[in-house]
Amino acid sequence: MLPVLSFYLISSVAIAAAFMVVASRNPVHSVMFLILTFFSAAGLFVLMGAEFLALLLVMVYVGAVAVLFLFVVMMLDVDFSEMKRGFFSYFPMGGVVAVILLMELIVIGGSYFADSEVTPEPRADGLSNIEAFGNVLFTDYAFFFEASGLILLIAMIGAIVLTLRHRTGVRRQDITKQVSRTRKDGVELVEIESGAGTGE
Amino acid sequence: MSDFLREYLPILVLLFVAGGFSVALLLAAKVLAPSEPDREKLSTYECGFNAFDDSKMKFDVRFYLVAILFIIFDLEVAFLFPWAVSLEYIGVYGWTVVMIFLAELFVGLIYAWKKGALDWE
Repeated sequence: MLPVLSFYLISSVAIAAAFMVVASRNPVHSVMFLILTFFSAAGLFVLMGAEFLALLLVMVYVGAVAVLFLFVVMMLDVDFSEMKRGFFSYFPMGGVVAVILLMELIVIGGSYFADSEVTPEPRADGLSNIEAFGNVLFTDYAFFFEASGLILLIAMIGAIVLTLRHRTGVRRQDITKQVSRTRKDGVELVEIESGAGTGE
Repeated sequence: MSDFLREYLPILVLLFVAGGFSVALLLAAKVLAPSEPDREKLSTYECGFNAFDDSKMKFDVRFYLVAILFIIFDLEVAFLFPWAVSLEYIGVYGWTVVMIFLAELFVGLIYAWKKGALDWE
């Protein structure tokens, strides 16, 4: 009873939050509702027994991706009411894409419900979610795993190439220079006669 | 209810307690606190002055670079958890696979380091 109730609670929160992502006027509020959607999705993962995926969702999406979205929203500095004006001119194209996505969801959902034997079995062989995940990811799907590593590498290099600008005339930290500095370079003992001042 | 979900029951209880407590505090503030708003009180101010600027402003793209590097290394660490748990099962093969993965990202780390992307100027 309780799992069913929590499923309906969490999924309705997820749907409401996803609606508010689109509907809210302030884009920062949209990102906050997106975070709520991620949290609800994590709750749904827990209900299915996929606890590792749930925690990964919270860690990666809420912890990092949402921050990136916030950065983009704040960095763009565009007038969002100006952007909303184009809503109706983009509506036909967006509507087509939305209908295609809906059809795909219906096809997937239909095949799922038609074959009622297929239910998510959390721990069929007594393994925990994270063990089942690791057992196949690093053996059967090793190639895809390495490919994802290459994609991450490309993303890192691309981000550095696109955003890194070295400005001239800015002081940077040189750790070797700091560490190799001795007392002789930094401290000077000056004898000053009383009443004569420092002479500066 | 399975044993697995029973372990998560305290989190559900915590969610309800936290949500209920927040709503109760907000309602109490709404009902009990004196509220006499006027136009000056509700206007935006910035350290006692009128607001200088819009809250949306451009800031340096370097913050974005730090965030992207954080995501990438975050994902790298996230992949290490299932590896650590099932290392016994996947053996030397799985160990090598992850080591190659780590080497790929190590190349990126060296590149970022040499380029000075991790320095703050």
